[in-house]
Amino acid sequence: MASVKPFLIQKFANKFVNNRAFSTSKCIAAKQMTVRDALNSALDEELERDERVFLLGEEVAQYDGAYKVSRGLWKKYGDKRVIDTPITEMGFAGLAVGAAMAGLRPICEFMTFNFAMQAIDQVINSAAKTFYMSAGRINVPIVFRGPNGAAAGVAAQHSQCFAAWYAHCPGLKVVSPYNSEDAKGLLKSAIRDPDPVVFLENEILYGVQYPMSDQALSKDFLLPLGKAKVERPGKHITLVAHSKAVETCLEAAKELAGKGIEAEVINLRSIRPLDMTTIAASVAKTNHLLSVEQGWPTCGVGAEILARVMESETFFHLDQPAIRLTGVDVPMPYATSLESAALPKPSDVVEATKKLLKVK
Amino acid sequence: MLPSCVRSVGKKAINNKNAAALVSKFNQGFATEASFETKPYRLHKLEQGPSTNVSVNRDDALKIFHQLQTIRRLETSAGNLYKEKIVKGFCHLYSGQEAVAVGIKAALRPYDTVITAYRDHGWCYLFGVSVEGVLTELTGRRTGCARGKGGSMHMYTDGFYGGNGIVGAQVPLGVGLAFAAKYKGTDGVSVALYGDGASNQGQVFEVYNIAKLWNIPCIFVAENNGYGMGTSAERSSASTEYYTRGDYIPGIWVDGMDVLAVREAFRFAIEYCKSGKGPLVIEAATYRYSGHSMSDPGTSYRTRDEIQEVRQTRDPITSFKEKIISTNLVTPEELKKMESEIRSVVDEATKKAKTEPEIGLDELSADVYVNNAEGDIRNISPFSPLKHKKIGPAVNAK
Repeated sequence: MASVKPFLIQKFANKFVNNRAFSTSKCIAAKQMTVRDALNSALDEELERDERVFLLGEEVAQYDGAYKVSRGLWKKYGDKRVIDTPITEMGFAGLAVGAAMAGLRPICEFMTFNFAMQAIDQVINSAAKTFYMSAGRINVPIVFRGPNGAAAGVAAQHSQCFAAWYAHCPGLKVVSPYNSEDAKGLLKSAIRDPDPVVFLENEILYGVQYPMSDQALSKDFLLPLGKAKVERPGKHITLVAHSKAVETCLEAAKELAGKGIEAEVINLRSIRPLDMTTIAASVAKTNHLLSVEQGWPTCGVGAEILARVMESETFFHLDQPAIRLTGVDVPMPYATSLESAALPKPSDVVEATKKLLKVK
Repeated sequence: MLPSCVRSVGKKAINNKNAAALVSKFNQGFATEASFETKPYRLHKLEQGPSTNVSVNRDDALKIFHQLQTIRRLETSAGNLYKEKIVKGFCHLYSGQEAVAVGIKAALRPYDTVITAYRDHGWCYLFGVSVEGVLTELTGRRTGCARGKGGSMHMYTDGFYGGNGIVGAQVPLGVGLAFAAKYKGTDGVSVALYGDGASNQGQVFEVYNIAKLWNIPCIFVAENNGYGMGTSAERSSASTEYYTRGDYIPGIWVDGMDVLAVREAFRFAIEYCKSGKGPLVIEAATYRYSGHSMSDPGTSYRTRDEIQEVRQTRDPITSFKEKIISTNLVTPEELKKMESEIRSVVDEATKKAKTEPEIGLDELSADVYVNNAEGDIRNISPFSPLKHKKIGPAVNAK
C-alpha cells in the first residue's frame, strides 16, 4: 500500500519554509516548530494523560511512523500503547472502532487517507452512525488521522482530498489543520472528544515550521473543534480555505496588499462543523467571497460554503457572486507541469480577486 | 440437495433422540441433574476439545428452555407483525437457530461481550432487554431498546454491541471489543458472530490475522445455517469447513442445534481464550426455518421437505424438551405452563408494539453527537433548523 516515499517530500516541503515570510501568529518571538513535531507532541501529551489512549496503524511503532509523526512514541510508551498493524485497513480500522465502543480512545492512523478508502465502511457505518442508531447509547470516541490531499509527484491514487467525503456524513467531525498550532491544539481536542473525528493532515506541511506561542507549547493547549480562525484580517474580500490552501491564500493576500487590496483570510480548521458564523461576519464586512481548496469542485467544501451563503442573509452582503477556486476536475497527473497546473496557486487567487473586485 | 452439514446433522439427530441420560441425580421425584452425550465435535489444530459428556441441572434446564421458547415466540410474533406491515424494512428471524445464542450466553460471564449481524432480536433479549423492548424496537416505538431509531438490525444493550447491517463489518468490531478487554487487563472475551455467507468477507480474514498475531481473546463464531440469503454454503464457499478457515487459528465444529453442546463448547472456548492462547473459530451448524428476511419465502433455493425434515428431526427446542422430560428433570406440565406464560408475555408485548407511540419529532435531531458543535441541525429546508438534543446515556462520554 505504501508506495509513497515520504522523505522525498521533505525536500519539496523545505521550499515552503523559505517562502513563508508572513507571520501566522501574534506572538513575536515564538518558538518555531514543524507541523510534524506539533502533531507528535499532541500525541505524546495525550498518550501520557490518558491510559485509554493508544495509537495504531501501519508503521507507527518500530518504524517511527511512515512520515515520522509518531517518532519516539513506541520507545516511550511501548507495545501496548503504540501498535504496528498489518497492511489491512478495514481490519484494523474496524478493530479500533470496536475498541472505542468498549471505552478505549484509539487513534487510528492511516498511512494516507487514500488507503482509508479501504476502510471507509468502518468509518461511516460503524463509527459515525452507531451513536444515533443506538439512540445515544454507544458513542465512539476515536480519531482517524493521517495525511490527506495532494502530495507531490505521487500521481492520482495518492493525491486526493477527502474532506468533502467525510464532511458529508452526520455523526463525524472533520478537522483539517493548517499550521503547527492548529495541528497540536486540534489534535489534542480531537483525541479528547467523545465523538468520532476524522483528522486530515497534509503531507507537504509536515516538514514546514510555524511559530508556536507559549500557550500552544503548554500541555493544556486545546483548540475548539468547529471554530474557524481569521488568519489575516482584511476588508475587501474574504478568502476562505483549509489546510495547505490557507497558505496559498496568505501568499495571495500578501501580494494583493501590495496593490492596496486587503484580503481577509479565514482558516476553516474544521470542515464539519463548518463555522459559517465566522464566514458570515467576514463577508458582511468585505462583501466578496472566494473559497479556495485543493480538492475537486463537484460537491466540494467550497460548493457547500457557497450554497450555505446563498441560503442565508450573507447572500445579501455579496456585491459579486461568490466564486470557488478548487483543484482541477481531473485525477492528479504525475508530470510536474501538469500537476502544478492542477492545483490553485496564489496567482490564481490574486487573479480571481481582481476579477471579483473589478480591478486591473 | 441438502447441504452436507444438514444431512449429517439430521442423521445424527435421529440417533440422539434416543440419547440416554448417562447419569441422573434424583431429589423428591425430580432428577436434579442429567447428563447427555453430544454429537462429536470436530477439531482443527486442537489436541483436545470440549467434553462430549454434558450435564444440566434442573434450574438451568428450565432457564434454557425458557430462553429458547421465548426467542421462538418472539420471532413468530415479529414475523406476524411484519406480515401485518407494522414492522417495516428488514426483518431477519432467528427461528431454528436459537440454541446457538442461548448456548453461548449460558457459558458467558457477565463481563464478556457479544456482537452479531442483523439476526439480532434473540441476542438482544438474552442480554437483558425485555420482549417488549425488542418488539417495540421492531415497530419503531418509543419503548424500543433504541427508542425506535435503530429497528430490527440495530439493537444494543450493556455488553451487547449490535446488531450490524453490513455483512461482515461486525467481525472487526468484535475483535476490537476483545482487544479492549485485554487492554484493560481483564480476562474477558468477546464473541463475534457471522454467517456462512459473511465467512467469505475479506475483513474477516484481516482480523483472523490480527487476532492471532496479537493473541486477542475473540471467539469467532461462524453460524452456518446453510445459506447466505439464497446461496447455499456449497455455492458460496470453496471450503465449507468453516471451523478450519481461520487456518492458523484453532477451530471447533459444534452441533448448533444442541444447546448443551454449544454451551459446553463455549465453556471450553472461554477457558482457552482467557488463558492467553488467542482466538478460536467455532462453527455452529444450524438451520434457519424462515427465509433470509421477510421478503424471502425461502423456498426457491431449497425444498419445503428439507425445512420440514429439519423441523422434525433436529429442532433445537423439541430435542432439548425431550431430553429434559425423558430424564425427569422437568415435567411436561411445567413446560406447558411455562409456554403459556411466555405466550402471554409475548402477546402483551405484541400489543404494546402496536399501540405504543413513536418518539416525538424533536428526537429526529437527537444524539447525532455527544458534544454537538454544529449548532442547529439542518432541516429539509434552511428555514426551520432543528435543535440538537441529548437523550441517550453516551456510555463512553467520560
